[in-house]
Amino acid sequence: MTDRLPGFNTLAIHAGAAPDAATGARATPIYQTTSFVFDDVDHAASLFGLQAFGNIYSRIGNPTCSVLEERVAALEGGTAALAVASGHAAEFLVFHTLLQPGDEFIAAKKLYGGSINQFNHAYKNFGWNVVWADSDDPSSFEAAITPRTKAIFVESIANPGGVIVDLKAIAAIAKKHRIPFIVDNTMASPYLIRPFEHGADIIVHSATKFLGGHGNSVGGLIVDGGSFNFAGDDRYPMLSKPRPEYGGMVLGETFGNFGFAIACRVLGLRDLGPALSPFNAFLILNGIETLPLRMQRHSDNALAVAEHLAGHGKVSWVSYPGLRTDRYHNLAKQYCPKGAGAVFTFGLKGGYEAGVKLVSNLKLFSHLANIGDTRSLVIHPASTTHRQLTDEQKTQAGAGPEVVRLSIGLEDTEDLIDDLNQALDAA
Amino acid sequence: MDHSNYPNDYIRGILNGVKTIALVGASQNPARPSWIVTKYLLERGYDVIPINPGLAGGELLGKTVYASLKEVPVPIDMVEIFRNSEAAGPITDEALALDPLPKVIWMQLSVRNDEAAAKAEARGVKVVMDRCPKIEFGRLSGEISWQGVNSRVLSAKKPVLSGKGFQKLSLNRP
Repeated sequence: MTDRLPGFNTLAIHAGAAPDAATGARATPIYQTTSFVFDDVDHAASLFGLQAFGNIYSRIGNPTCSVLEERVAALEGGTAALAVASGHAAEFLVFHTLLQPGDEFIAAKKLYGGSINQFNHAYKNFGWNVVWADSDDPSSFEAAITPRTKAIFVESIANPGGVIVDLKAIAAIAKKHRIPFIVDNTMASPYLIRPFEHGADIIVHSATKFLGGHGNSVGGLIVDGGSFNFAGDDRYPMLSKPRPEYGGMVLGETFGNFGFAIACRVLGLRDLGPALSPFNAFLILNGIETLPLRMQRHSDNALAVAEHLAGHGKVSWVSYPGLRTDRYHNLAKQYCPKGAGAVFTFGLKGGYEAGVKLVSNLKLFSHLANIGDTRSLVIHPASTTHRQLTDEQKTQAGAGPEVVRLSIGLEDTEDLIDDLNQALDAA
Repeated sequence: MDHSNYPNDYIRGILNGVKTIALVGASQNPARPSWIVTKYLLERGYDVIPINPGLAGGELLGKTVYASLKEVPVPIDMVEIFRNSEAAGPITDEALALDPLPKVIWMQLSVRNDEAAAKAEARGVKVVMDRCPKIEFGRLSGEISWQGVNSRVLSAKKPVLSGKGFQKLSLNRP
């Protein structure tokens, strides 16, 4: 006589969003306010002391943002989530909660170029040292582990597209060495892959992409899987030691299996400040209501366009795991049987120059640095997102000079193929 | 009862049905979960009776502290055990020696003693293990959603304010 578990489509619409308690408003209201009145002085003290649930100030929490948090926690099958200003902010707060100066974390080499920059450069100022591993070779993660390794980080479907990571194999290594396994699930979204089911402990999202899905709002999410026991683990003092900020409270003990999400909020978000605006949270929430419909169409359209390009004379290769001949096709069947996502790369026989010409010639595809929009998008990574990397890093990251990345939208595939044909003819 | 997966109605029935809660392992340190839970439950209208031999005779959050369950002068609806899993055994025995019997024995998050639970259930006493009453109240009322926690409750009905402030919700969703 256990409670029924609602399906994914139902959660995408309902999770976190009861009618408003004060007005009965059915759509989630935009609580565009900085602060919230206290019932009395004692209530205020309880809220500041983390002894009651409630709202204080929108940098720490906001009722519109908290609907988004619960929605994404439910879709991923996590215990709790935290909404923040961007995907980068999500990564920042996760590492701030796990790492001390001098610590290391292991990251897959194939990542969003912005994450590579963040890890290689910005984090150096905090003394957080990235060690790179090869997601195609899970044993390279194990080989990189040292006593200072505090986290392992990968993308489920990796940028700039077309790479499916063997999450189970890397999760097994992380579990064996008792290291939290963080998965950036931006490219897959929980509709295609649910990383907690494959051993992830923490998930991060750029909600800017498929969760929001309409190219109108930057935002990020941290999701706590509740699976890593931080209580009593001296390597993670933010969770296992009495916190002077909160009168000696031990967060990992007090909040049990959602202690990590709470720590990111009350130590990270509160003190570092990258809060999400309630208006952005509202737009992302609206996007999520149609996530299952959109992700299926994105994937179906991407497969149709990839199949067309694979047969085009000016294209040297297409890297899309939905294609039967792709090296990641078996992993795609295992991890994302509904589809391999919207984003993929292909190579032009004409190299760097042809890539630059192609993006200029396209009429329907928008040339910009984003993915996960209703609109189809194109970018030439070597001249844009991955420009700051060395040639060797570019190739390692799957962004060599001849590479073009597409994020296929929800348009008619005939129109997308027609636009690609005319631009390739002219390139 | 499947003690790894309680139905929401089972927990809601318990939290709606009890009034007097003896909390074994009470603490006067505001950073400790047992102090926080005592305060939260008092604010939600429960009559919480703190039990701690070291603090017996004193007051905690305005309530008299007793050394043990048998010294409590009023009938107890629910015994909340804030001690380790091993200690939950003898505390359950003590609870089952009370007259009248408590209706519920509740073991805090991370506390689980299946042997003690079986004894209590054999006497008709409901048991909850490895759960926090504050978290469960927050989850079922919807308050916990303000912290981004997955309440695992979907509802198209308007939540009901508890009537005691702007930011307190009642357990009784229509």
